[in-house]
Amino acid sequence: MTNDLRFEFVADKDERRITVIREFDADRQLVWDCHTKSELLDQWFAPKPLTTQTKHMDFREGGYWHYAMITPDNEKYWNRLDYKTIDPIDGYTAQDGFCDETGAVNPDLPGSHWDGTFADEKKRTLVTTVVQYASADSLQAAIDMGLKDGLASTLERLDELLLVLQEA
Amino acid sequence: MANQGVVLDTVFHALADPTRRAVLQRLSKGTATVSELAEPFDMALPSFVKHISVLERSRLITSRKSGRVRTCSLERENLVAAERWFDQLRAQWASRYNNLDNLLAKMSGDKNDE
Repeated sequence: MTNDLRFEFVADKDERRITVIREFDADRQLVWDCHTKSELLDQWFAPKPLTTQTKHMDFREGGYWHYAMITPDNEKYWNRLDYKTIDPIDGYTAQDGFCDETGAVNPDLPGSHWDGTFADEKKRTLVTTVVQYASADSLQAAIDMGLKDGLASTLERLDELLLVLQEA
Repeated sequence: MANQGVVLDTVFHALADPTRRAVLQRLSKGTATVSELAEPFDMALPSFVKHISVLERSRLITSRKSGRVRTCSLERENLVAAERWFDQLRAQWASRYNNLDNLLAKMSGDKNDE
């Protein structure tokens, strides 16, 4: 696999914003399809070792994607992404939230606004996703949840983490 | 980890700046005085001291004054709590996108098969 693909992950507390930039070695239409068709999303969206399972997908403005990320123990984390604006194949905006199996959003858990843009980069495609939290409280809640949840990856050595931050 | 919550809010801000990250990296190797820490930076001392204050408020570092010399040290526990969240989230996106690389490679391969 090519390992020179650009990847940036920047967290800005003051703006309550996380920006993820990633380059893909494929044309823009294909990358767009992978982000907008549930049969393709199911094949990649959940980080390992989780898998993705779509319950409902209606990719249009006002529609939503309702899906579960499933742990190897078959525990399901339900999420839903409500599409606000869609501009094929340049970008979309959406509201992300935690929900239950029926799709009812839990208003007590921190939601965020997603702004995804897709651009040509020579023969590659650059995807920028800006995740915006509405308030400092909801960002803090996301941090606290992240620290508690069972998806924790192994903590790497402190010095390595500082190096990662340095590059960010 | 017990010490999350309040600390993380200011930690996030503290880590957002390259000068402050460099100071933390230096302190990960051991304690240092403020003037030792300031030395690599082309910056007026009062500006540099502001960075030190931000780090102290976030409780990522502590300092002790002895005579006219202030010595700083890293509070690893607090740094690790915040780092863990960044690292988790970053790792999730990295993993997700690695999956997508594989899927794209497979799809492009299928398309190019003649």
